[in-house]
Amino acid sequence: MAATETSSSNPSLFYRLFFDKELRSVTIQVITMALIFAFFFFIVNNAITNLEAIGKGYSFSFLWDASNYDINQTLIEYNSRSPHWRAAVVGLINTLLVAVAGIILSTIVGFLLGVLRLSSNWLINRVVYVYIEYVRNVPVLLHILLVHGIVVNTLPIPKNALMAFDGTLFLTNRGFYTPKPLFEPAMWAVLIAFVIGVGFTIWFKGYAKKIQDATGKIYPVLWISLGAILLFPTIVFFLAGLPVNFEYPELKGFNFKGGLVLRPEFVALWLALSLYTAAFIAEIVRAGIQAISHGQTEAAFALGIKPSRTMSLVIIPQALRVIIPPLSSQYLNITKNSSLAIAIGYMDIVATIGGISLNQTGREMECMTIVLAIYLAFSLMISAFMNWYNKRMKLVER
Amino acid sequence: MSTERSHAVGEHPELPPPSTEVGIIGWVRHNLLSSTTNIVITVLTIYFLYIIVPPMLNWIFFDAVFSADSRDDCRAIAKAAGHEMGACWAFIGKRFEIFVYGFYPAEERWRINLSFILMLAALVPVLFDHVPYRKQALWFSLAAPFIIGWLLLGGMGLTPVPTDKFGGFMLTLVIGVTGIVGSLPIGIALALGRQSHMPALRMVCVAFIEFIRGVPLITLLFVASTMLNYFLPPGTTFDLLLRVLIMVTLFSAAYIAEVIRGGLQALPKGQIEAADSMGLKYWQSMRLIILPQALKISIPGIVNTFIGLYKDTTLVIIIGLFDPLGMGRASLADTKWQGLSTEIYVFVAIFFFVSCFSMARYSLYLEKKLYTGH
Repeated sequence: MAATETSSSNPSLFYRLFFDKELRSVTIQVITMALIFAFFFFIVNNAITNLEAIGKGYSFSFLWDASNYDINQTLIEYNSRSPHWRAAVVGLINTLLVAVAGIILSTIVGFLLGVLRLSSNWLINRVVYVYIEYVRNVPVLLHILLVHGIVVNTLPIPKNALMAFDGTLFLTNRGFYTPKPLFEPAMWAVLIAFVIGVGFTIWFKGYAKKIQDATGKIYPVLWISLGAILLFPTIVFFLAGLPVNFEYPELKGFNFKGGLVLRPEFVALWLALSLYTAAFIAEIVRAGIQAISHGQTEAAFALGIKPSRTMSLVIIPQALRVIIPPLSSQYLNITKNSSLAIAIGYMDIVATIGGISLNQTGREMECMTIVLAIYLAFSLMISAFMNWYNKRMKLVER
Repeated sequence: MSTERSHAVGEHPELPPPSTEVGIIGWVRHNLLSSTTNIVITVLTIYFLYIIVPPMLNWIFFDAVFSADSRDDCRAIAKAAGHEMGACWAFIGKRFEIFVYGFYPAEERWRINLSFILMLAALVPVLFDHVPYRKQALWFSLAAPFIIGWLLLGGMGLTPVPTDKFGGFMLTLVIGVTGIVGSLPIGIALALGRQSHMPALRMVCVAFIEFIRGVPLITLLFVASTMLNYFLPPGTTFDLLLRVLIMVTLFSAAYIAEVIRGGLQALPKGQIEAADSMGLKYWQSMRLIILPQALKISIPGIVNTFIGLYKDTTLVIIIGLFDPLGMGRASLADTKWQGLSTEIYVFVAIFFFVSCFSMARYSLYLEKKLYTGH
C-alpha cells in the first residue's frame, strides 16, 4: 500500500519531465532552444563552407572601394569614384526622402478623404468610396508602374513642357522643374526667429494651462502660437530685406537646366505610394471618428462646452487614440513599400547597395545584411515610438 | 358627402409632406444641397467627374479597338473610324492564353483548368455552411491541395512540368493560395507561442515575428533568390518557386500571428480562467474556448492580410518570375505590340480588383454570419 503511494506521488524523473506541468514546460523550452541553435549552427556552418568553397570571406571592406556607377538623384555629393558606402548613404537618403514626402502627402490626402467619406453629401461620399475600394484592391506595384507610365508616356517632352502657375512649374516627361530658392546669409536670422517662435509657443502653452487651471481664464493659445511661429519669422524675413533669390529653370537644348528638379521616378513613386497609403489612412480616420460614441458630443454639449472646444478637447483626443497606432504602422508600410522603387529605377537603398553594388561586388551576404539591418532599425524605431505613445495615451481606469 | 374623415374640433387632418421633402427632389435637397458647403462640394465633385470620367470611358470603351493584328493595325482601325486611338484591347485578346497559363505546355493546359475547378470545388465547403454532405466534402478539401500539386507538377503518370514554366494568373493563384493555406496554421502557432508563458518559446516567436514584419517582402525575396543557396548544404539546389512560396508563407504568417494576437488579447481573462476551472487542458481550452472566439474577432484582420499577401504576389516579377505583369512586360518585347503597357496594367488591375474585392466582401459576409451580439 505504502509502496504504491510513493510510486504514484513520486514518479521517476523521466516520467515527470513529460507529464508534470512545471517540468514539462522546461523540457519543451530546452528542446526548442536546442532545435533553434542546431538550425543556426547548420546554416552558419553551411554558409562558411560554401563561402570558403568559392573563396569569398565575410567582410565589409568592399564598402571602401570605388563604386563605379552613377546615381541619377543625389542629395549629397556623389560620383562614380565614390566608395560603396557613400552609394548606400545616397540610397538611404533617397529612401528617407520619398518616405517622408509620402508620409506628408498621404496624411493630408488620407485625412481629407476620411472626412469626406463621412460627409452627408451622397455624391462625394460615393466617389471617395469608389476611389478607396479601387486603390486598396489593386497591388501597390501596379499603381507605381501605372503612375510611372502616365508620367513618362503622356507628359510632353521638355520642349513642349506643360506650364503651371505662371512659369514656376514645368511638367515634362523628364521630370518636374520648379525654381530653386537660393538663400542669402541673412536667412539665418529668419531661422533663429522661427526657433524662438517655437520655443515661445511651448513655454506659452504651459503658462496658459497653469493660468487656466488656477483662475479659469482662457488665452487664445492657437492664435498667439500661430503669430509666434509664422508671423514673427515672416516679419524678420521682410526686415532682413527678402534674403532669398530664385534660380529659374531654363530650356537649353533638349532639356531644362537649373532650378529644382523632381525626377519622374521620384514623382511616380511619391504619388503612387501617397495615393495608395492615403486610401488606407482614410479608412483609419473614418474608423477613428466613428469609434467615438455620439454620447461624448452630447455630454460635452450638456456641460455647455462650445462645439469648437468639444471637437478639440473631447472628440479629437479620443479619436487620435484610436487613429495613431494604425497610422504609424501605415507610415512604416510606406517606408517599406518604397523599396519597390527598384521596379521603376528610383535609386533607393535596395537599388543601390542591395542592387547595383551587390551585383558588381558579388557580396550578397554583406549587402543584404546592411539592407535588412537598416529596415529593421526603421521598424524598431517606429515600434519604440508606438509603445511610448500607447503608454502615454492609455486610458487610466479607476 | 366628402370622402374626408371627420375630425374633432381643433384637430387637423394629416397633410401629405411637401413635395420638396420627398421623392427625388427631397432626396437631392437632403443629400446633395443641404447646406452651402454641400452645394460647393457637389458642384466641385460633378466638375471633377466631368473632367475624369468621359476621357476614361472613351479610352476604355468608345475609342478602343478590340480586334487587330498589331499596334499599327489598332491605330489604323481607330483612324478609319475617325477617332483617336483608345485602348488596344486586341493585344490582350491575342495574348490572353499567355496571361492565364504562362509558359505551360499547350497540350497540358487542361491540367491547369482541372486544378482550377478542383480548387473552386474544394473552396465551397470551406466557405459556406449550408452545403450537402459538408463533412465528406471537407475531406476532399483537405486532399485537394495535394491533388492540385500533383496535377500541376506532373510525375506519377503525368508529364512532369518544371516550375519555371509556371506563369501568368496561374502563378498568382499558386503563390497566393499556397501562401494563404500555409500561413494560417503557422500564424496561429506563432500567436499562441507569443502568448505562451514559456519565456524561451515566447522569445523565439517574438524575434521571428518582429524580424519578418520589420523588413520589406522584396528584400526577403532577394534573400531567397540570391543568398539561400549559401545556407544549404553544398551541392543542394532548391527550386526558385519553392523558395518564393516558403518566403511568402512565412512573411504572411508573421502578420497573421499579430492579427490573431490582437484577437487573443481582446478576450476577457475570465474565459481562460473558466476553461481552467472546468479542468480543460491547454490544448482543449485553446481548441474549444479560446481560438474559436479569438479567430472570430480577427476575421477582418486575417482577410486583410490575405488580400495583402495576394497583392504582394506581384513582387515576384522583381526576382524574375513571370506573373501576369511579368508576362505582359515580356510580351511588350514583341515589336508588333510595343508601347501598350497601360493596357496591360489596366487589365491586370481589373483582375486583382475582382479577386480582392470579392475576398473583402466575403469577409463582411462572414463577420455578419458570426456576429452573435448581446
